[in-house]
Amino acid sequence: MKIVIVGDGRVGSTLAKQLAKEDHDVVVIDNDPEVLNDLLETVDVYVIEGNGAVLDVQRRADVGNSDILIAATTNDELNIVCCMLAKKLGCKATIARTQNRDYVRQMQYMSKELGLSMIVNPPLAAAREIFRIIQFPSFLKRNSVAKGRVELVELVISEGNILVDKALMDLTKLLKMDVLVCAVERDDEVYIPKGDFVLKAGDKISVTAPRSNLVKLIKKLNITTQKIKNATIVGGGQIAVNLAEELLKSGVSVKIIEKDIETCKNISERLEDAIIINADGTNHDLLLQEGIEDTDAFISLTDIDEENIFISMFATHLKVPKVITKMNRNEYSYLISDKGVGSIICPKQLTANEIYRYVRAMENTEDTVQTLISIIDDRAEAIEFVVGQNAKNLNRALMDIKLKKDVLIACISHLGQIVIPKGTDSFTEGDTVVIVAKNEAEIREFNDIFM
Amino acid sequence: MNYRVLLNYIGKVILVEGLVMIPALLIAFAKSQHNCIFAFGVTIGALIILGLGLSLIKPKNQEIKIREGFLIVAGCWILLSLFGALPFFLSREIPNYIDCIFETVSGFTTTGATILTNIEVMSSSLLYWRSFTHWLGGMGILVFFLAIMPKSKAGGSLFRLMKAESPGPEVGKLSSKIKNTARTLYIIYIVMTIIEIILLLCGGMPLFDSVTTSFGTAGTGGFAVKNDSIMGYNSYLQMVVGVFMVLFGINFNIYHLILLKDIVNVWKNQELRLYLGIIFASTLAIAVNISSQMGSFAKGLQHGFFQVSSIITTTGFASYNFDAWPMFSRCILVFLMFIGACAGSTGGGVKVARVIILLKSARNTLQKIRHPKSVKAVMIDKHRTEDTVISEVNAFMTVYCIIAIVSMLILSIDNFSFESTTTAVIACLNNVGPGLDMVGPVGSYSAFSWWGKIVLSADMLLGRLEIFPLIILFSPVTWSKNK
Repeated sequence: MKIVIVGDGRVGSTLAKQLAKEDHDVVVIDNDPEVLNDLLETVDVYVIEGNGAVLDVQRRADVGNSDILIAATTNDELNIVCCMLAKKLGCKATIARTQNRDYVRQMQYMSKELGLSMIVNPPLAAAREIFRIIQFPSFLKRNSVAKGRVELVELVISEGNILVDKALMDLTKLLKMDVLVCAVERDDEVYIPKGDFVLKAGDKISVTAPRSNLVKLIKKLNITTQKIKNATIVGGGQIAVNLAEELLKSGVSVKIIEKDIETCKNISERLEDAIIINADGTNHDLLLQEGIEDTDAFISLTDIDEENIFISMFATHLKVPKVITKMNRNEYSYLISDKGVGSIICPKQLTANEIYRYVRAMENTEDTVQTLISIIDDRAEAIEFVVGQNAKNLNRALMDIKLKKDVLIACISHLGQIVIPKGTDSFTEGDTVVIVAKNEAEIREFNDIFM
Repeated sequence: MNYRVLLNYIGKVILVEGLVMIPALLIAFAKSQHNCIFAFGVTIGALIILGLGLSLIKPKNQEIKIREGFLIVAGCWILLSLFGALPFFLSREIPNYIDCIFETVSGFTTTGATILTNIEVMSSSLLYWRSFTHWLGGMGILVFFLAIMPKSKAGGSLFRLMKAESPGPEVGKLSSKIKNTARTLYIIYIVMTIIEIILLLCGGMPLFDSVTTSFGTAGTGGFAVKNDSIMGYNSYLQMVVGVFMVLFGINFNIYHLILLKDIVNVWKNQELRLYLGIIFASTLAIAVNISSQMGSFAKGLQHGFFQVSSIITTTGFASYNFDAWPMFSRCILVFLMFIGACAGSTGGGVKVARVIILLKSARNTLQKIRHPKSVKAVMIDKHRTEDTVISEVNAFMTVYCIIAIVSMLILSIDNFSFESTTTAVIACLNNVGPGLDMVGPVGSYSAFSWWGKIVLSADMLLGRLEIFPLIILFSPVTWSKNK
């Protein structure tokens, strides 16, 4: 597909990298020649220096004959103007990134009258992701595939867990339910495990299970954390407000610590039921005074990554059951993911992923990817396919099929029925199949998974 | 340093060289040139074995870093020249290996300087290979490789290879995919070459001569298959070659714009305008200067244009022994050697684009002396030239002058005339080919000592790769860790 990206910031460049790797024709527009030069030397894209909302620039990028325009600058209005122009020029789909939530509310009008295909709101995306994690606090990360029927959850096996020293092939018997460990991170190395893989304490594992079994799984693994009843949020930005709204709606009491008094006043207007504290949330004594050790969930959302890491580590030290850390730069996240910062959230990565999924869905031809989820610190991926008629090995028992190295079939959805596959199972045309693979395996289409 | 990536790419490019040598082998078979069959057979075998062997080294990390990009390009060019020289040596038609290297480097760098005193006695397969090196070197070996290579994990970092090889101060892409960019360039190149071959055939030139002459024109190289360059052909054929030299000296982005029907930007292109302007003015000046010697103004115009076109594009064909022209005309031609063709073309020299940048930044500096607080950007085609580009151009010119001076000093040990020594270096460093006096259009480089030939070969490579890749390859700092 021909894709034009306006804005070579963190979201734009992440998208450019991902999309160019998949052989799309990508054009990136930005007004800073220096970042464009850096991009040009590392990513296979065409770059244009200029303002993306200028007709001449869009013409040069051949927006009129493009499939998608993604406006990902930090300026909401500029993004919307870019999309409107592109639509008028004949671009098939347009996506705008907007920070302001008011634009999300008027999305329906904008899509009908102005032709916008999608609005992505990073704070909202981040807030939703955090909320999903809080719903099942036992897991570090939670993703759903196969229209929400199957969950991919990440957890760390602690000392004394019943899974320690167990081989994967014995798990079904041990837990008396269908689960599949599809990826393991141990000593900085990612494994796509086979049946004889023996788990150890300290392993970070990614598990597939039907959604209906999720609660049972938590009980069996004996990793129940009490339901979260109250949450402390440091930093009163837009993510915090969006998150607090969701939490309050579901009956969780919320305390927000924010150091800017004006911001405090603003959010107190929007969140009448929340406790707003005007103080420096990175202050050690203040956190203790505000009873941080008694809180069920601690979420650090300040603008500075280092501060977030420190206060999250502090919260973990005080044995807060669930800790979530926001990081704007997530390249280093794998270094600290086991240092007591809990779940890591990167809003810009989430935004890029959300747009990316839309692009993937637009391709929507047979055998191509339906959804793609990064797991284990973005070092492996879970990919959902609908099996087309050209797929190889239809109706063959899985044990007779040779898969590529580091690839695994995590679940098959046959006529809405979820199967966590065993050697005797098979897939047929029309099934949804979720596979898990290391990033290096480079799976583009379904038939790529076979030897 | 990622040595694996280095060796892997060098291996693949060596393999490509082995494959493109096969037509020469076929010619040797067809003409039953037994010494050449042996020479090409052995070389191709060695290249394929070595190339396959090296390309089996699989790098873990496929990304090409900036330093590795330069090293791959510099390493490829040197190795390709060393291997490309083997057929001349193994066939025993050029007995001295240093001479073979000089001839091959001169071919790949599209210089066209030769050590051969009698070209016509060479086997046709070797002459074909000699001209083909021009064609391949003109647009670039790595660009060729990028155009045909299968999909790679190196992704966008492959652009570093193209950037290191392509001439000019600023290198861009034509489309979003580097492979398509390389392909578009080669398709334009191939089509233009074929048109020239057809036009030459129409004028009655034999097929072999048409093909080799077109290779020499396309790469702006200048190797001819006749001892008197192309003086022996009729004026129609000379005119075709003259016009095509000008065309191949134009930035290939211009042809891409024409294909996109963006004529406005073609017309507004400052580099193109200056390039054509220089050709026009020089032709006129020389025509006036030589008209009495040539018999008529028309004759002067004809040979003046051909020689200006041949020298500014750094091709080096001769339609007349210009060494016999008056000093004024010869001086103009030497100045044109420095200027060279457009950036992004197959020509050599400093490049018109760099001349524009230098002139404009000099003008700005002068203004700054008068108005110390004044601020003025260097604008080219309504586009501000980045300060980094300007300082790179300045650094390029400085190093370029140092190299020229040092080369002249070393060459002067051979004790030939001042004109021969200086123009030999100028003609090699700018990839022109013929200079004046002893190295003039009817002379050759054979009289220089072996070290002189090595220095001139190095100059040709430095000129073609625009200095920096080779300097990086040979600086010890590059090879030490963490520097």
